[in-house]
Amino acid sequence: MDELDQLRQTYFQDCDELLGELESALMALDNGRADGDTLNDAFRAIHSIKGGADILHFDRLVRFAHSFESVLDRLRLGKLVVDPELASLMLRAGDAVADLVRAAEAGTEMPDGYENEIADALHLLAQVAETADATEPSDRQGPAAPDERAPAADTPLRHYRVQLSPPGDLFRQGNEPQLLIRALERLGNVKTVADASALPPLASFDAEQCYLRWTIDIRTAAGLEAIQDVFDLAVDKGDLEIVELTAQQTDAPAASTADIVSEAAAPTPAAVPSSPSSTAPASGSAPASQAKAAPTVNSIRVDLEKLDYLVNLVGELVISQSMLAEQLSVLPTDKFPALSRSIEEMSQHARNLQDGVMAVRTQPVKSVFARMPRLVRDLAVETGKNVRLLISGETTEVDKTVVEQLFDPLIHMIRNAVDHGIESPVERGANGKAAQGTVRLSAAHVGGRIVIQVTDDGRGIDRARVRARAVERGLLDADAVLTEEQLDNLIFLPGLSTAERVSDISGRGVGMDVVRRNVERLGGRVLIRSVAGRGSTFYLSLPLTLAVLDGMVVGVGRETYIVPLTVIFESLRPQARDVHRLVGGGDVLYVRGEYVPLVYLGRAFAVPDATREPWEGLVMLVDADAGGKIGVVVDEIVGQQQVVIKSVESNYRALPGIAGATILGNGRVALILDVAGLAQSSGDAGQSPESAAA
Amino acid sequence: MSSVGFYDPLAALVGEAGGDTRSMLQVVCFTIGEESYGIDIRQVREIRAWSATTSLPNTPEFVMGVINLRGTIVPILDLRARFGRGQSEPTKAHVVVIVAIEERVIGMLVDAVSDIVTLPEDEVRPVPEIGGSDAAECLNGLATVNDQLIALVSVERITAPITVH
Repeated sequence: MDELDQLRQTYFQDCDELLGELESALMALDNGRADGDTLNDAFRAIHSIKGGADILHFDRLVRFAHSFESVLDRLRLGKLVVDPELASLMLRAGDAVADLVRAAEAGTEMPDGYENEIADALHLLAQVAETADATEPSDRQGPAAPDERAPAADTPLRHYRVQLSPPGDLFRQGNEPQLLIRALERLGNVKTVADASALPPLASFDAEQCYLRWTIDIRTAAGLEAIQDVFDLAVDKGDLEIVELTAQQTDAPAASTADIVSEAAAPTPAAVPSSPSSTAPASGSAPASQAKAAPTVNSIRVDLEKLDYLVNLVGELVISQSMLAEQLSVLPTDKFPALSRSIEEMSQHARNLQDGVMAVRTQPVKSVFARMPRLVRDLAVETGKNVRLLISGETTEVDKTVVEQLFDPLIHMIRNAVDHGIESPVERGANGKAAQGTVRLSAAHVGGRIVIQVTDDGRGIDRARVRARAVERGLLDADAVLTEEQLDNLIFLPGLSTAERVSDISGRGVGMDVVRRNVERLGGRVLIRSVAGRGSTFYLSLPLTLAVLDGMVVGVGRETYIVPLTVIFESLRPQARDVHRLVGGGDVLYVRGEYVPLVYLGRAFAVPDATREPWEGLVMLVDADAGGKIGVVVDEIVGQQQVVIKSVESNYRALPGIAGATILGNGRVALILDVAGLAQSSGDAGQSPESAAA
Repeated sequence: MSSVGFYDPLAALVGEAGGDTRSMLQVVCFTIGEESYGIDIRQVREIRAWSATTSLPNTPEFVMGVINLRGTIVPILDLRARFGRGQSEPTKAHVVVIVAIEERVIGMLVDAVSDIVTLPEDEVRPVPEIGGSDAAECLNGLATVNDQLIALVSVERITAPITVH
């Protein structure tokens, strides 16, 4: 990959983030939260997109982004006022930018005239704002700021000196200093001095080589960051030095005699006698302020593969550590006190290291949440409903693997809330509700898991209809007696959330059953609570990471299994009289007024020498989600342990009832149970609550 | 021909000693009972002594279970059972040949590994059609080394039943 390709790649990676920020800001604008920060965010995003596009010569994108930027700038300066129409235009413009970026990335072009309509509208807006501006009685900025894009007068202008010493192959990297300087000119008043002292005699002059250095003085309110942004993609940090000048330094002449001085014009190389001193322009600034202005790096980009490798490695370390501890546990502790102390310490360090490495991979759920406002808005427009989305807890952090998996379930839950939950404004009015429906999306850490709630204040689940449909589809006996909760949970049954429920909006033809299955596969749970006429809440609970799991180690015959701690309600040794054999079915256990179907792990997995009767072993009451509560019969409980989740699928294939595997302290493999899958696959014992109740 | 003392490292790598220009096949030979089998050495990752496996539920009888291979969960197949000759009763003397096929790593239990032989590819004979037994379908060809028949095993076809989703 040559450097230009690398530059392009970095640019499009950045664009992904920038487009996200832009959209968040524009959505905020649309929601009437058009404060300075929001507008600055949007402006900054579009400005950075434009800057990179300029360098990479995506001219069409640059032109459009420029019009967009102009309007945002007018907004930022208060020359334009946000109204719904304008906010909507801004959103469409944001989409257009995204499309143009994608086209540039794919190396294609959007159809001719694709963005014209929006661009024209933007131009018009910018002009209107300009005319209004021209009629203002006085220009408070005075003649010192001839650039109409100069920032508002209440922000003090600052004076920066930029030392640009590009590498000799600057041009070959596809960079053009003139564009960078022009980009600076957009930020404020720029004075550029070129240092041509390094120019060789004409005979040895290489036209493709860059011999010039520049000292650029800029007066701007945009701040250091904006200046750095300009150079971000084009120039290595080492080739750039930005110093803020104090008032006295500002007055000092910037140029040494041999330099070429230009005002807001690109420097052109000329045959200038070389000057012995090339450091002169920089000498005005104190070393201390140089150190201060050096760009501070607070974050770095790391290839995800490298992180995953670390996570795996630490997992191995923890396993080796526990193996070591287990082998040493046979030694008498009093004989080797130092040894056992060291092992204890090492174990602590290993744990901390694991926590630390896992923390590196965590991300706020914001990246997913930020995409929801748009979804709600579009859904609302399509359905003719009036819906607002309130988001909280978006800074809650979870492992990256989980964040990625959140997106699809969330989309479905939100769609469900807007499409099926929230009523039309008329219906809401008739029921004495505010015309505007509210969907709340929140995230929080609860007991070592992340819990995401989607709450709507709509009509709630229509239990009669759900019931009728379930009966109609043969999923439920007509005379079955179900609690309200059980009825609500019917919507997760496959086959129920089809046709009517999956309207053209929920278009992908994926129902809540798929949501539930996908979430369960990740060790998560979906619950629903609904009050007729008042609305519904979906609870989505997921582990904080898909890499480790707290498990109960159980023994069956000579095999050892791990049961995820989160699904276990309780473990008990039942009385023989509480176990009942059903005709033509499995066994049920009577626990405190409830009949719970039993799954014999030994039988389900054909383990030799497993306990035959529940009262000889133990029953673990677990939550099998769609399967309701089931009792898993095991021989014994060995202990509780945090385990590293390994894939069985990567070298074998998926097995029903098995979620994965882990490596125990003795080096042996133990399988991790997928309780929901177990309930489904052992058909005779794992009965669904519907048929049990029927 | 002007072949005056030029050392061609590429030719030295590619060519076999003795100037045999036929393409050669290196085969890891192993035994199950009295019979000898071979696997293309390029598919073999390592050879290790048998260690206890963790059973996988509801799997065919030739799947012995999984082991921990330096942190990776690797399934072990009983090759004897795979060939329909009954299940092995593994002892410490048994050997597991770890093979890599595409992205997967899979172990195969055999009685013993005997040799690594090099033979010209064109000496591999096709497997005669003998009533379409499943075992024969797992073979790539037959070769004779030191008057002994070696059946060349197709790792792809042996592992097909457990890797197909």
